Amino acid sequence: MQTRRDLLSHSARVAGLLAAAGLLPSLALAQGGGWNKAAFDAKTLAEALKALGAGAPAESKDVTITGPDIAENGAVVPIGAATTAPGARRLLVLVEKNPSALAAMFELSDAVEASVSTRVKMGQSSNVYAVAVMGDGKVLYAQKEVKVTLGGCGG
Amino acid sequence: MADPMRIRAQAAGDKTTVRVLMSHEMETGQRKDAAGKTIPAWFIQEVTAQHNGKTVLTAQWGPAVSKNPFMQFVVRGAKAGDKISVTWVDNRGEKRTDEATVA
Amino acid sequence: MKRILLAGALLAMATGAMAQARSAAEGIAEYRKMLEDGNPAELYEAKGEALWKQKRGPKNASLEQCDLGKGAGVVKGVFVELPRWFGDTKKVEDLESRLVSCMAMLQGLDAAEIAKTPFGRGEQANVTALATWIASESRGMRFNLPQSHPKERLSYELGKRAFFYRGGSHDFACASCHAEDGKRIRLQELPNLTRNPGDGIGFAAWPAYRVSNGQMWSMQLRLNDCFRQQRFPYPGFGSDATIALGTYMGVNAKGAASIAPAIKR
Repeated sequence: MQTRRDLLSHSARVAGLLAAAGLLPSLALAQGGGWNKAAFDAKTLAEALKALGAGAPAESKDVTITGPDIAENGAVVPIGAATTAPGARRLLVLVEKNPSALAAMFELSDAVEASVSTRVKMGQSSNVYAVAVMGDGKVLYAQKEVKVTLGGCGG
Repeated sequence: MADPMRIRAQAAGDKTTVRVLMSHEMETGQRKDAAGKTIPAWFIQEVTAQHNGKTVLTAQWGPAVSKNPFMQFVVRGAKAGDKISVTWVDNRGEKRTDEATVA
Repeated sequence: MKRILLAGALLAMATGAMAQARSAAEGIAEYRKMLEDGNPAELYEAKGEALWKQKRGPKNASLEQCDLGKGAGVVKGVFVELPRWFGDTKKVEDLESRLVSCMAMLQGLDAAEIAKTPFGRGEQANVTALATWIASESRGMRFNLPQSHPKERLSYELGKRAFFYRGGSHDFACASCHAEDGKRIRLQELPNLTRNPGDGIGFAAWPAYRVSNGQMWSMQLRLNDCFRQQRFPYPGFGSDATIALGTYMGVNAKGAASIAPAIKR
């Protein structure tokens, strides 16, 4: 039950109680209107973290971000976010120079490793952040510069 | 009805790597069509992954996730024969659930 | 002494620039490698396989009796032997035109209508999905197009002529970009298609999923876009010219391993 409650956002607390009582079949349905629009509208890392109710971030060697140094096309950039620090609750991927910085947010249970990968769109060469929000409220991050080129014709 | 996802779950000891490919436009809502009209945003907002019916990972996505999204994560304590299911819900309320067996 | 120092400085600068160019190429190679696992082409493969087995069309039949060159229903290994001559249609056909022939003969679908349908729409999208799956069934196998039938040899010669034919507003031919080693446009390497350009290159790399537009591109669409870039009208889906170009490239690529369906910029 503890794990499930951790996974729900503040605004869905009631739904969370229902879920804990086993009345809702899956968390996605429980969240319902739980998609955090404010976080996804945020223009910067700081704004996004504020919208998520998270504290100030600190760069940390315990967080790793994997990705290419140079992406042939900004439409598909593979990014991995991971942390070795115990107690991570969320992993976020942000692209600094995108119109909205937050690309994806993953909520972790104890049954998964604190390591996710996905692919994001990048409008231009930019810093990319992997952020780990810990259970004790600490926010750790790592960053990487990814250059984006436009390929030529063909290929 | 949206096209099916491709889910592959490979167990190696206690860790099962799950790779998911989803079929979705992931339209940002910033592009314009040939007539100059903005193509409306259409993207997956929520993703849920379950192991044998128990939710192990959820995600919220914005339109910056690439078209035909790819996602990889690692489940602990799964073994060959277990079921991994993934559900996505997009901003139009459309959803899709697919399942795979851990190999 | 001064001249030696100057020359040394220039050499250092030049090697610095070369080192940068090399690492950019390595960076791109690393990026491409990162995308190999989880190629969205797999979504089209799955769709193609389902379409092959599904009863469709006025005749309510599947494509499982379609002969793609190695016997009815044989899918493994056919991709690396196309285009080739088919006795029933009395034509040299490439993968896509052969699929349309089967869709017409077995399922009663309208071949002319499919040929006119734009890529990515309706039945044309189904042809692309089928071609993606069929190609995947030959992954890793080496190209070995037959040239035993006189029409197959004629197709090769026609393809060669078409390849070197200069025309259109810019007087381009396929050869303008693809007849020499070591050429590139910005970051795209241009394979020399007059000979075997190597495993997984050129003819051996299509169909491919293009990440830049999130589309699955078959060889016919690839050729369509080449003609567009040459400022030359596309000869039409499944036309003699496009099939012949496939024969020319495929025969030249003899021995090259196919990586189709691949992932591309």
